[in-house]
Amino acid sequence: MELALIGFVGEKFILVGIIFGISLVVAMYSTYAERKVAAFFQDRVGPNRAGPLGILQPLADGAKMFMKEEIIPTRASSLLFIVGPSLAIMTACIGSAVIPWGQPVIIGSDYFDLQVADINVGVLYIFGVVSLGVYGVMIGGWASNNKYSLLGAIRAASQNISYEIAMGLSIIALLMVTGTLSLREIVEQQHGFWHHGYFTWNFFRQPLGFLLFIVCAFAETNRTPFDLPECETELVGGYHTEYSSMKLGFYLFSEYINMFVSSAVMSTLYFGGYNYPGMDYVNATLGGTWGPLVGVGVLFAKIVFFIFFFMWVRWTIPRFRYDQLMDLGWKILIPLAIANIVLTGLFSTFFK
Amino acid sequence: MEPLTSKRKVIESKPLNFLERAYLPAILSGLRITGKHFFRKSVTIRYPEQKREFSENFRGMHSLKRDEEGRERCTACGLCALSCPAEAITMIAAERQPGEEHLYREEKYAAVYEINMLRCIFCGLCEEACPKEAIYLDGDIVPSNYLRKDFIYGKDKLVEEPLNQ
Repeated sequence: MELALIGFVGEKFILVGIIFGISLVVAMYSTYAERKVAAFFQDRVGPNRAGPLGILQPLADGAKMFMKEEIIPTRASSLLFIVGPSLAIMTACIGSAVIPWGQPVIIGSDYFDLQVADINVGVLYIFGVVSLGVYGVMIGGWASNNKYSLLGAIRAASQNISYEIAMGLSIIALLMVTGTLSLREIVEQQHGFWHHGYFTWNFFRQPLGFLLFIVCAFAETNRTPFDLPECETELVGGYHTEYSSMKLGFYLFSEYINMFVSSAVMSTLYFGGYNYPGMDYVNATLGGTWGPLVGVGVLFAKIVFFIFFFMWVRWTIPRFRYDQLMDLGWKILIPLAIANIVLTGLFSTFFK
Repeated sequence: MEPLTSKRKVIESKPLNFLERAYLPAILSGLRITGKHFFRKSVTIRYPEQKREFSENFRGMHSLKRDEEGRERCTACGLCALSCPAEAITMIAAERQPGEEHLYREEKYAAVYEINMLRCIFCGLCEEACPKEAIYLDGDIVPSNYLRKDFIYGKDKLVEEPLNQ
């Protein structure tokens, strides 16, 4: 009994370590990819000096961040000043705990579940973590004792609160279709690609819901066009004006980890997670060890695509004005989300 | 007020419909434009390795020329320094000693010849003033440096390489 418990805990620890490592590496290379993608969109080359094709650029950036002088303003609240970025990066990282990364892998006679915690309120957990995420920004901006930081923090808070509503409403419509909050079950329902004469992926059942969700995901991760909290033109640097060295690095990093996690959530909820057309055939051919790992690769391909999409939008759309942001959130997204719920209800009542 | 010309156009701005207020059509067309740019060839030239071709009359770093026997052409007449609008050129003349005929073409030569590359405006007047065809601005772009003193180029950097080397 005790041995099994130790085995279970050890297995989860290893999985957590792997996921943690992967999300850090993905975030690290997102910074590189961001600069490369930006360059391609602007007909430039991008970083290409550190290593072949600039592949070592994130290491150089990281080293720079660590080497820089750490400044804590004398008038800042010194404890909260440190809590801010810690909270930001922590909440960014723990979001990945409930995401099912693949089907259970069979090695020999052992099952390895590729999900840290299969809790039956996975979607709610994600929501909780996402709404915690704004505290890192808020506390950091407030603790800086700088009016620009404070304004950035206020913007972040009001923006996240406004868009969380629309996000929650868009998810409700999805939950009406799936009937469960567990991410594992939601993914299992999207098994394969085509079933009973229709697509299994939730995107094809909830296209409007997905659109709302992705817009809100942009807002929740503070990405352009919703990056008002760090608006350089108005607020110097926004909530991280006073930050330097690795504390600033953590803020920037948490944005990329958030992006990774929300891409994973979007793929899981709407694009079938690790499911792909013809997966049964592949699983039968490759066996229980490699089959699920192909699924993991597919999930990561989807995630990479979404991260690319985040960047694509960033280098396309200018930042919203504050009133436009609020208008979009309250007058467009929320009515659309409610309409989506009603339509989904009508549809599932009368056509099924 | 009466309009001053008859050329005028009444601009109608229709109120935006719901989709347009949600920014969707604008965002999609924007994404299409940037998407096109994504696959376009980048215009960047990877500078130190690759160089754009200079035009015929490009004026770069100066070089002090040698004649066909490999002797320095400059006779330290000082016309280049005189013509220089930026006063970038200084020189100290010296007399050629017997036995140095293979080094200097004229009886007088520049023992020190310095151009301050930070002052130089690359106008090419020195090259036009030179009666001995000794100086030409036919070199490359002057490289960057950390110290001001290193921008004062002496004969070691300016004089052409000897012929048979």
